[in-house]
Amino acid sequence: MALRNEHPQRLVALFALGCVLFSGTLLGMFGGEATVLGVPALYAYLFGAWAVLVALMALVVELHD
Amino acid sequence: MLLGGVILLASFVYLGILFAIAYYGDKRADAGRSIIANPVIYSLSLAVYATSWTFYGSIGRAAVNGVGFLPIYLGPTLMCALWWVVLRKMIRISKVHRITSIADFIAARYGKSAMLGGLVTVIAVVGIIPYIALQLKAVSASFEILLQYPEVVMPPKGRAVALWRDTALYIALLLAAFTVLFGTRHLEATERHEGMVAAIAVESIVKLLAFLAAGIFVTFVVYDGFGDLFGRAAQLERTAPLMKFGDAAGASWTSLVLLSMMAILFLPRQFQVSVVENVNEGHVAKAIWLFPAYMLAINIFVLPITLAGLMHFPDGRIDADTFLLTLPMAHGQEALALFVFIGGLSAATGMVIVETIALSTMVCNDLLMPVLLRLKRLRLAELPDLTGLLLAIRRGVIVLVLLLGYLYFRLAGEAYALVSIGLISFAAVAQFAPVVLGGIYWRGATRSGALAGLLAGFAIWLYTLLLPALARSGWLPISFLESGPFGIELLRPLALFGLSGLDQITHAMIWSMLANIGLYVGVSLSGTQSAAERRQASVFVDVFRHESGGAGFWRGTASPRDLYLMLARFIGAAPAEATIADYARSRALPWPSDDLVADAEFVHFVETQLAGAIGSSSARIMIASAVKEEALTLDEVGTILDEASQVVLYSHQLEQKSRELENATAELRAANERLKELDRLKDDFISTVSHELRTPLTSIRAFSEILLGDPRLAADERTKFLGIITRETERLTRLINQVLDIAKISSGRADWQMTQVDVREVVADTLARMSQVFREKGVLLVEQLPERTPPVVADVDRLIQVLLNLLSNALKFSPEGRGRVEVSLRVLAGELRIDVRDNGPGVREQDQPFVFDKFWQSGDTLVAKPPGTGLGLHISRQIVEHFGGRMWVESREGTGACFSFTLPLAATGASLQVGPGR
Repeated sequence: MALRNEHPQRLVALFALGCVLFSGTLLGMFGGEATVLGVPALYAYLFGAWAVLVALMALVVELHD
Repeated sequence: MLLGGVILLASFVYLGILFAIAYYGDKRADAGRSIIANPVIYSLSLAVYATSWTFYGSIGRAAVNGVGFLPIYLGPTLMCALWWVVLRKMIRISKVHRITSIADFIAARYGKSAMLGGLVTVIAVVGIIPYIALQLKAVSASFEILLQYPEVVMPPKGRAVALWRDTALYIALLLAAFTVLFGTRHLEATERHEGMVAAIAVESIVKLLAFLAAGIFVTFVVYDGFGDLFGRAAQLERTAPLMKFGDAAGASWTSLVLLSMMAILFLPRQFQVSVVENVNEGHVAKAIWLFPAYMLAINIFVLPITLAGLMHFPDGRIDADTFLLTLPMAHGQEALALFVFIGGLSAATGMVIVETIALSTMVCNDLLMPVLLRLKRLRLAELPDLTGLLLAIRRGVIVLVLLLGYLYFRLAGEAYALVSIGLISFAAVAQFAPVVLGGIYWRGATRSGALAGLLAGFAIWLYTLLLPALARSGWLPISFLESGPFGIELLRPLALFGLSGLDQITHAMIWSMLANIGLYVGVSLSGTQSAAERRQASVFVDVFRHESGGAGFWRGTASPRDLYLMLARFIGAAPAEATIADYARSRALPWPSDDLVADAEFVHFVETQLAGAIGSSSARIMIASAVKEEALTLDEVGTILDEASQVVLYSHQLEQKSRELENATAELRAANERLKELDRLKDDFISTVSHELRTPLTSIRAFSEILLGDPRLAADERTKFLGIITRETERLTRLINQVLDIAKISSGRADWQMTQVDVREVVADTLARMSQVFREKGVLLVEQLPERTPPVVADVDRLIQVLLNLLSNALKFSPEGRGRVEVSLRVLAGELRIDVRDNGPGVREQDQPFVFDKFWQSGDTLVAKPPGTGLGLHISRQIVEHFGGRMWVESREGTGACFSFTLPLAATGASLQVGPGR
C-alpha cells in the first residue's frame, strides 16, 4: 500500500489535531462532576477523542483511491 | 484449587504452542512463503509495546492518579500519524544499509563510528535493564499470588528469600532459555526472525483477549455496566478524585506524552519489530491506525478495573498493580484468573524475547565485535568460521541481560511501582531521539555532536533517575537525595540546580534533553565532518533520492576471493556463495571466477552483507582489513566534485550547442526550399518568356519572308503585311521592356524616384490622356474624384504605369459601343483607394487568385490569342506593393470586374521612408 503525496500532509494535520485534543490545558476543562451516560466526562472525552482520531487516521489511510 | 503444577503446566503448554508457531513461521520463511508478510500481523507485532506495564502496571498507576496512565498510549497514537514520514524513512534507510539495531543505525549515520555504536549499546542495555526487571517482577508476583488461590494475599515484601528459592530467578532463567531458542537458533544475515514475529503477534492477541475478558467480567458481571460502576465509585472519597483531571495526572502529562512518542520509535524492541522485522514498508500504512486502535482497546477497562479493585479491597492491603488478577480470584473465577495470568505471561515474554534479542544483537555487533576484531592478539580475523562465535556471544548476552534484570529486581524492584520502573527506561531511550531524528533530517550533524549529546543526556539520566532509584532502595545513603552529594544543595538529583516543584520524570527530561540537544547541536555546528561522515549524512538524509548507498566514493584494491572468504567466515560458506552468485547473476558477471572485479560496488555490496551479520562498524573494520583501501583525501574528494561539476557544465554547453545547431539546420532547410522554389520559378519564367518572344518573332519572320520572296505582291497587301510586322515588333519591344521591368523590380535594382505625389492630379492627367482612346472605341469613361487628396509618397512615372495598365485592361475587355469604365478615387483611413471598374465579361472566380501571376492571360490561350503580354498586372501589383499598398480584384462573371489598389498616405510631410525595394 503506497500513500499518495497529500496523505502525509493530512496525517501531519491529524497529528497537530491530536496534540490539541490531548493537551493538558484542554483536559483541565473536564474537572467537573458531569457525566455522559453515567461515564465521567473526562473519561468519555479522552476515549471519544481518541477513537475519533484513530477513525480519521484510518479514513486517510484506507480511502486512498 | 489451582496447584502450582497446573499453573506451570498451562504456562509451559502455552509457551510450547508459541514455540511451535515460531518454528512454523521460520520454516515458511525458509521456504520463501512468509506468514508475516501482512500489515495486520505487522501491526499486532508492534503491540509488543504493551508489556506487563500495560497489563498490570496501568491499573496501579490509575489507582494513584486516575487518567495519568493514558499519556503512555496517547503519545504513540500521535506518533503514528507521523509514521509515514518518519518511520518509513528509518525503514528505508535500514533496508538500504542492512541496519539491524538502533545502535547500528546511529553508528552508521555518523560515519560508521564504532565508539558511537558502543555508547548507544551501553545506554540501551543500562536503560532497559529496569524495564526487564519490571517484567520479572510482574510475572513472579502474579505467579505467587495465583499460587495462593483461593486466598487473596500479597507475597510478603522485604523478606530475604534465598536465591535458589526465588521464583523471579527461575523465571529469568526460563525466559533466557526460551529467548535463546527463539532468537538464536541460527545466524541470520539480516537479523530477521519471522517465526518470532508470528509468535509475538499471537501473544498480542492473547493478552488483549485476557485483558478484555477480565474487564468485561468486572464491568458487566460484577457491576451492572459502566454507569453503575462509575456511579458507585463517584460516591467514595477514595475513588471519586480519580475520575477528574487532577494535579497528579496533569503534572507529568505533557512530558509523558513526549516521552512515549520517543519510546515507540526508539525502544530497542520497537525498533526491532517496526524497522528490522518489517517485510514491506507499505505495511506501515495500515499500522498507522490499527496499532492505535489496539492500544485504545486494551486501555478501555483500565479505569473501571482500578475503581472496582479499590472498592473491593478498600483497606489497601492488595497492591493495585495486581487488581487484574486479584479481582477474578476474589470472585472465585479460577479459569479467568488463569487466563489473565497467561495474558500477563504473554505481555512479559513478548517484551523480554524481542528486547533481549535486540540487545544481544547490539551488544554483539556494536560493542563486542568491534573490540574483539581490533584486538590483534586474538587473531579473530583469521579464524575460518566465526558464525559459532557470533551465536555464542549472542546467547551469552541474552542470559547476561536477563540476569542483570533479575539483579536490578533484587536491588531496587521493591521500592517502585511497575510504571515508575518502566518510565526510567523510557527516559533512557528518549536520549536517542535527537541523534536519530537529527540524523535523518539534518545533514550537518556530526559524530562529535552526537557523542557529546548522548554522553551528556545519559549522564544526567543516570544522575537524576537511576541513582535516586538505587538510593531509595537503600543502596546509596538517602542523604544523597535530600541534601545532595557532599551536602551541595544545588546538585540534589531530584532538584538539580534548584529546579524543584516538578515530578521526577519531567525534571529529568528537562535537564537531560537540554544537555543532549544543546551539545548535539552546538558541537555539530562548531565542528566539521570527516569525508565518511559527510557521505553517510548524505545517504541517510537523501535516502529517497539515491539508494545505491554511496558505493561511488571509494577506491582501493581487493581480491573478490578474499572478500568471499571473509563473508563466508561470518555468515557461513553456503549462504555466502549464494549471496555472491546472486549478485554476479544480477549484473551478468562471471562467478566463480577471478574475472569478477572487486570494484567499489562489489566491495560495498560485501560490506552491506557483512553489516547485516555483524553490524556496520564491525563490517567497516573487516572490510578495511581485507581491502587495501586508499583513503580518499579531501583533495581527491574535491577533484571528484570538480570533475562532476565540469561534466555538468560541459553537458549544458553541449546541449546549448546542439540546440543552436538544430535551429541553424532548420533555417538552412527553409532557405534551401526557398532557393529550389526560386530556381523552379526562374526556369518557368524563362521558358514562358521564350515562348512569348517566339510568337511575334515567328509572325514577323513569316511576313518578312513573304515580302522578300514575292516582289510582285500588291501594294495594299504589302502595306498590310508591313503594318503587321510593325505591330508585332512593337509588341516585342513592349514585352522585352516589361521583362526588364520585372527583373529590375524583383532584384531591387529598379530606379525609384520617390517623391510626394498628388494622386488626384496624376489620375486626372492620366484620364485626360486616355480619353481620346476611349472615345474612339465608344467606351464611356466616368470619373469620381474628390476635390483634393492628401499627398502620398510614390514614383509618379510608375504610378502612371499602373493606372495606364488598369485602364487599358478595362478598355480592352469593355464591349465596344456600350462599354462603361468607372474610375474612382477615395480617401480612407490612412490610405487612398483607387477603383477601376468595367462592365466586361469579368474574371471567373477560379481565375481570380491567378490574375496577378506572370504571363496569366484571360480566356483560353490555346484557342484565341488575347492582346497583351500577361505581365502588366503582375508588374502593377509589384509597384503598388513597393509603395506599401495592396492590389486586388473583385468580380462576378458576366457583370464586369473591379480592380482596386490602395496607397498609404504620407504620415508627415517629412516621411519619405518607404518599404524595401523588391
